[in-house]
Amino acid sequence: MTNEELKIIISGIETTATFEEGGEWINVIIGADQWKDFAQKLRNTQGLDLDYLFCVTCVDWKTHLTMVYHFTSTIHRHTIVVKIKLDRSEPAIETVSDIWRTAELHEREAYDLFGVSFINHPDLRRLFLTDDWVGWPLRKDYEDPINMIKL
Amino acid sequence: MLSFHSITDSIDSWLNHTFSPTVALLLECTIVAIAAIALFATLGLVLVLMERKVAAFMQIRMGPNRVGPKGMFQSLADTIKLVMKEGLTPDGADKFLFNLAPFIVMIVAMLLLAPIGFASGFQIWDINIGVLYISAISSISVIGILMAGWASNNKYSLLGAMRSGAQIVSYELSAGLSILSIVVLSGSLQLSDIVGAQSNGWWIFKGHIPVIISFVIFIIAVTAETNRAPFDLAEAESELTAGFHTEYSGMKFALIFLAEYINIFIVCAIGATLFFGGWMPLHIGNWQSFNHIMDYIPSSLWFFGKTFFLIFVIMWFRWTFPRLRIDQLLQLEWKYLLPISMVNLLLVTVMAIMGWYF
Amino acid sequence: MIEEIGTTAEGDLVINIGPQHPATHGVLHLVVTLNGETIKKIEPHLGYIHRSIEKMCESLSYRQFIYVTSRMDYLSSHINNHACAMCVEKGLQIEVPPRAQVIRVLMDELTRIASHELWWGAMAMDLGAFTPFFHAFRERETINDIMEETCGARLTMNYMVPGGVMADLHPNFQKRVKDFIALYKSKISEYDELVTGNIIFQGRMKDVGFLSKEDAISYGCTGPIARGSGVSCDIRKLYPYEVYGQVEFDEVLETRCDSFGRYLIRLREMQQSIRIIEQLIDNIPGGDFQAKTKAVLKLPKGEFYARAETARGELGVYIISEGGTTPYRIKFRSPGFSNLSALDHMARGGKIGDLVATMGTLDLVIPDIDR
Repeated sequence: MTNEELKIIISGIETTATFEEGGEWINVIIGADQWKDFAQKLRNTQGLDLDYLFCVTCVDWKTHLTMVYHFTSTIHRHTIVVKIKLDRSEPAIETVSDIWRTAELHEREAYDLFGVSFINHPDLRRLFLTDDWVGWPLRKDYEDPINMIKL
Repeated sequence: MLSFHSITDSIDSWLNHTFSPTVALLLECTIVAIAAIALFATLGLVLVLMERKVAAFMQIRMGPNRVGPKGMFQSLADTIKLVMKEGLTPDGADKFLFNLAPFIVMIVAMLLLAPIGFASGFQIWDINIGVLYISAISSISVIGILMAGWASNNKYSLLGAMRSGAQIVSYELSAGLSILSIVVLSGSLQLSDIVGAQSNGWWIFKGHIPVIISFVIFIIAVTAETNRAPFDLAEAESELTAGFHTEYSGMKFALIFLAEYINIFIVCAIGATLFFGGWMPLHIGNWQSFNHIMDYIPSSLWFFGKTFFLIFVIMWFRWTFPRLRIDQLLQLEWKYLLPISMVNLLLVTVMAIMGWYF
Repeated sequence: MIEEIGTTAEGDLVINIGPQHPATHGVLHLVVTLNGETIKKIEPHLGYIHRSIEKMCESLSYRQFIYVTSRMDYLSSHINNHACAMCVEKGLQIEVPPRAQVIRVLMDELTRIASHELWWGAMAMDLGAFTPFFHAFRERETINDIMEETCGARLTMNYMVPGGVMADLHPNFQKRVKDFIALYKSKISEYDELVTGNIIFQGRMKDVGFLSKEDAISYGCTGPIARGSGVSCDIRKLYPYEVYGQVEFDEVLETRCDSFGRYLIRLREMQQSIRIIEQLIDNIPGGDFQAKTKAVLKLPKGEFYARAETARGELGVYIISEGGTTPYRIKFRSPGFSNLSALDHMARGGKIGDLVATMGTLDLVIPDIDR
């Protein structure tokens, strides 16, 4: 399915969604409040069937955080990217680990390294770092005088 | 001809001639004990080296080849290393049982040596219930393993010991039944009688297919009883790190390790005695001249040749088969081996009564 | 750690498999809740080898960061480098010369065979058979020698650079690859005789670690794990890169969904790799092995995503550039991480032996998971 057709379907299921140009796939930008509902529709809407979530990550833009989800449909072979802007001081977003099981570990990773808290996540704990670690290492303002070597 | 028989006889007569009968008996006991321990040490060294060489042969590599000519002193060097290592006892362990377990495992292996005939007339104790004695004593070894696993206060050890318990208790049944088939044919529990009954041919040849079946069952069951791969669930390196002896180190580990190899030797010796005629040379019915030629080969050579052949077979298993899962292991015993060996015993009995063997 | 597990009931045994354990092939730590021998729950504890490569890459230039990625999935380091180089090339819109493309594909496939060989040996070792490991290494050593000759290293090759490959092929390359193919073909029957046909092995593998097609997609599994459940996910077929679109090979699919299916997939994948190499080895085009690039690479502002099929599955490289000489943010979507998340689901209800078999077929490389 072409990107234009996808845009029409996505606009149909979520009117607040905006699109960002550039890149090989279409980027859908959506608010954190609509995310859970939108995710359900992405998974279940006939014609979209985005059943395969292959990349979940977060980007620190210094003023805000952005969650980036990459989806592919194993049936129709189209890919879309969903971006959600989050508040930097208290980032919180609904989990999608009940829709795509792979999200469970990926969200724990995002929590561990960026401090994004996922609401209703079954087991939100540090994944790589020790439980008593202070700070979120992949944020741009993270400083660690011992472990970080400036090049 | 210089044979073990004449050596023991001359020592016996000289001792009885020089000392009173009681002192002579005590001295003989001491000699036997020293000989048994010496045999143990040598066997341990030889079998470990053999295992490593066989493994190397299977795995297209050289094996130990640095210490001594062709690596012959490798296991000696390893023993020295193990003796010099610290024998750690974990903090939460039951110290008494933890230290006792390796000795129990070892003593059981030593006791089993008694009724085995190494050569013509060279046997420590020709007890008239030899086969029963072997079955009875070999069951004790599971206590040592359970003790080691329980006393270590380690979850891996505990799991390994429990597996081992289930495994040894199960496989003893079919091992016992397959031994019984030879007892039925020979009509005696005494090992020297069983060997004597094979003077006109070994049971594996005389007993047709039923004896071959019981031999196969015997070899499978004893491999399981000695905790060797593919039945090494008690150790199961990739699952339980080292199973029941995870916490053992130094000489205590060496004792467990040694006992494993001695046990292999003993079960193979029993297998050789029951199915391949022990020290009895290869005799074929009444081919007198052929039998005479065979008699020229010393009986001890026959015995050790057969035993080491069986040991090689068991090592071959270890280096080629993957391990079974615990439920598959018990399924194999209770659903296949046990019923087969029961029916087989019936067949052998019918065969023995009707005289349908050579 | 024991208190954390909510479902622990009276009489359950909680054991730590790892971080040092023979079956985890690295520093993976699994907290396993057992009821007798039956597994009730598995909880992976990661991070023992976490080096925060993503953070490191933020301060490395586009030429430098590729070398760090060799240390992620060290068994397919060529393919990691390849994916990174492709992502940078996508940003700079560099056309890779045909010779470099063919060399890259050849190296990728050799790496894949080497990785699967190691897996095959280690898999058999997990199940208690030690000998296959040495047989597998006999062939793998040959590949390592080929790599050493051309790339100068045996494990972390760092041979792919943006725009092509670092150096030209060694003159012996073609001959030695052909020798390897002949050796491999003469030994392939041994694999089946020693392991595949063994009844104990089949008993350990069949109907163990079941993963349905839907679950495989939902857990984000890729590579042989997903293909063993019948999910078509080979990046080389779906989104052909380099010369994969021009060579003939099959995407191996199995619908057994169990450990044995995944095992067969990898064995047959090795043969497909041999097939690709055979088609290309005599047809390496002449010309440059590297495109002309600037000394300092600057990616334009934007987002770039490249993916490649490693021996373990789909590796994604996601670069966000602000136009500078270093990436603003880089994310590696590693195949092992997603594959690991399915382990709990697959091993639950099985025995400890099943867990080891399942873990073996997942072919985990821990630095790939931790990054």
